[in-house]
Amino acid sequence: MPRFLLNRLSQSIVLLVIVSIIGFTVLNLMPGGPLAQFGLDPGMTQKDIARLSEQLGLNRPLWIQYFDWAWRLVQGDWGHSYRDGSSVLTVISRHLLATLLLMGTSTALAIAIGSWIGIRGATHRYSLFDYCATVGAMVALSVPTFWFGLIGIYIFTLKLGWVPAGNMYAIGDGSVLDYLHHLILPSVVLSLVHVAIWSRYMRTATLDALTQDFVKTARAKGVSERRILLKHVVGNALLPMITLAGVQLPSLLTGALVTETVFTWPGMGRLFLDSLGYSDYPVVMGLLIFSAVLVVLGNLIADIVVAVVDPRIRLS
Amino acid sequence: MASAPLAAASEDVALSVRDLTVSLPAGMERVHAVESVSFDLKRSQILCIIGESGSGKSVTANAIMGLLPKSIRVSSGAICLEGMDLVGLSSDRLRDLRGRVVSMIFQDPLSALNPLMTVGAQIEEVMASHDVGTPHSRRSRAIDLLIEVGLPDPQLMYHQYPFRLSGGQRQRVMIAMALALEPAILIADEPTTALDVTTQAQILQLIRDIQRRKGMSVMFITHDFGVVAEIADSVVVMEKGRCVEQGSAEQVLKSPSHLYTRRLIAAVPRLTGKDRIALEAAATASVLKVECLVKTYRSGSALFGTQRIVPAVNGVSFDLTPGRTLGVVGESGSGKSSLGRLLIKLLESDSGSILFEGRDVAGLSEAEFRSLRPKIQMIFQDPFASLNPRSTVGHILTAGPVAHGMPYSEACERARELLSHVGLDSGAFDRYPHEFSGGQRQRIGIARALMFKPKLLIADEAVSALDVSIQAQILELLDRIQRETGVSMIFITHDLRVASQICDEIAVMHRGQIVERGPPSQIFLDPKSTYTRELVAAIPGEQPRSLPQHVANP
Repeated sequence: MPRFLLNRLSQSIVLLVIVSIIGFTVLNLMPGGPLAQFGLDPGMTQKDIARLSEQLGLNRPLWIQYFDWAWRLVQGDWGHSYRDGSSVLTVISRHLLATLLLMGTSTALAIAIGSWIGIRGATHRYSLFDYCATVGAMVALSVPTFWFGLIGIYIFTLKLGWVPAGNMYAIGDGSVLDYLHHLILPSVVLSLVHVAIWSRYMRTATLDALTQDFVKTARAKGVSERRILLKHVVGNALLPMITLAGVQLPSLLTGALVTETVFTWPGMGRLFLDSLGYSDYPVVMGLLIFSAVLVVLGNLIADIVVAVVDPRIRLS
Repeated sequence: MASAPLAAASEDVALSVRDLTVSLPAGMERVHAVESVSFDLKRSQILCIIGESGSGKSVTANAIMGLLPKSIRVSSGAICLEGMDLVGLSSDRLRDLRGRVVSMIFQDPLSALNPLMTVGAQIEEVMASHDVGTPHSRRSRAIDLLIEVGLPDPQLMYHQYPFRLSGGQRQRVMIAMALALEPAILIADEPTTALDVTTQAQILQLIRDIQRRKGMSVMFITHDFGVVAEIADSVVVMEKGRCVEQGSAEQVLKSPSHLYTRRLIAAVPRLTGKDRIALEAAATASVLKVECLVKTYRSGSALFGTQRIVPAVNGVSFDLTPGRTLGVVGESGSGKSSLGRLLIKLLESDSGSILFEGRDVAGLSEAEFRSLRPKIQMIFQDPFASLNPRSTVGHILTAGPVAHGMPYSEACERARELLSHVGLDSGAFDRYPHEFSGGQRQRIGIARALMFKPKLLIADEAVSALDVSIQAQILELLDRIQRETGVSMIFITHDLRVASQICDEIAVMHRGQIVERGPPSQIFLDPKSTYTRELVAAIPGEQPRSLPQHVANP
């Protein structure tokens, strides 16, 4: 078990190094280089930029810059935003909570509802419910999220006036209820796609578990259908789902670009978009590394959870 | 009906099935899975239901348990248990009977246990589902049961997960589970089919013992007349959903009245103890000479000191002359399949040599070996999985030779020739594998292997997935082909009886080594090694010297 973890960890580190090298190189190859944004400022002369470049060490060879950056990254210095000079980690942490709130809610919703739909679709295969769930999932997957967002705003904000159109809280309020009120629409819209994906996978996994011999054994023992479903089927069906959850975990923290934009949610997705627009390279690089770490961590956590849950892996 | 229905509901009848008809959904090959079947399971007896695949024996068992899939229904008849008719009983009442009055064990103990629950929890679940006992009493009962079925260290076993157990141990756990509430009736659906022969003998013994001790009635479903001879008190023979013959074990085995029963008994491979009449060998030089072949599986990492080393094939040597068949016999894990894969270089050997027609192929690279591949062909175990379902039979047969440079028209011609040679009509060429039965598919597999005019055929459990009557036909076909073409064969099997039918010489493998090698007469009548002796003794229903008068064990 620890050996397996060590293995995975060393693989992950190699992966992170490769990702960071590619990211770093690509960003530096962009037209105008890292300081393009300053070139647009009429108050900056060519000389100022050269001085800035000298100051930031951008005139050194790329590989030295990379090692310098990576070394400081490891020490916890992720650089400073070009926009307001605050440290990249501060900028990220400012947006992290907003994203965590939105993504956490929508993922919890998606897993709960998606699992229920998937399991019911499997136990009532080819029923009206199953057909509706299948068609619904197809629609949710094929229609872009922003469209759902806009339609949601049109109906529930403009027509019905039930929920606010955007932002995380109303200026001057900020109570828990206010947060929740703002949270409803974006989290529901965001969870639509995840419900669709999760329910399809869950349906397949449940169907698979239902046909296993041990389910028949349980029936032959006289176990009730309800207990068979809860104890024997769902447990085994959830095993492959853990890996899927691990893949989805990073998006919990890196945010949803489109939804956050539609609902002006101050999360990580928005930060990424804004930073790109501003050519705020330190922040973009920071976000890139951050999400790469999360992807690696997500998969690692999924592997560990599977190992903990599945005795065949845990004990061998 | 082959025999008149017996008087129903008499005192000594535990379960009585009357005119049971189970219909299949429209569009299946038959209208009924089971048609007007009647039999009685007498108290404290073992009733064997024997039949080939598709005979409806499992459907009958599932109908009794109320475990039929929704698409298959009992359309008429009665199943009487303790004065109740189980047909039409509500699902709650049926559930209450299952596990309490009637228990069932299944064929594959590997998949019949929930991998995520401990052995103890799964045994306790039976009791909990029927509201019997307290958590504490259930626990001690579960441990008692583990002792009763002969599992070592029951305290430890209680907390064990199924994957840690061997096949035989898992089947014991299944039996413990089935016995938990002291049911009157135990239904065993091919409970030993997936087990090694020595394990099978132990499990049969266990079922017999427990049945005697508890006075249980056992309905034992099997396809193996050897098993019937071993444990049955009475027998029901089923064919295509009908009961064709029933009676006491002695009567059915010794003087079968129905033609089908006679055919079935005749098809059972016997330990002949006689050697095969060998072909006149044209050349004396061996086709294949294997010396000190070694293959070791390694898993884990040497760096962290967790490496597991499993010697799969450990210093195996033998030689094979043209036109002869060498049987490689062993239980699961003996290394017999690894050996087969080494010979065809699907696996790389660690050391040793494989001299094929005098040339050592062990060290050859894939590219160097490629030109030799046509000369060594393989017939696989599972005729369902080994043929690409999306290719026509014609394509399956011609793809290999065409890839090796045979003109397409010539390949087609040869394919059609071979299809008729293996007993299929020429229309088979354009059809897909799923249109054929298991036996026919295995014929296709054989035709495919023969496309290259090979010098050596390696048959890995080639008849294990087939019914006995089909098995006999395939063995006959292989024998005929060998006599016609002079091909050498390595016949890998777990079934000593099958090996005795087709092999000139048999090598018994145990833990990666050949423990004994010799003609069938030596292996079966005068085995030199203790392991071979154990193996031969474990074969159900066989006493090699006294064939064919084998009857149920006293």
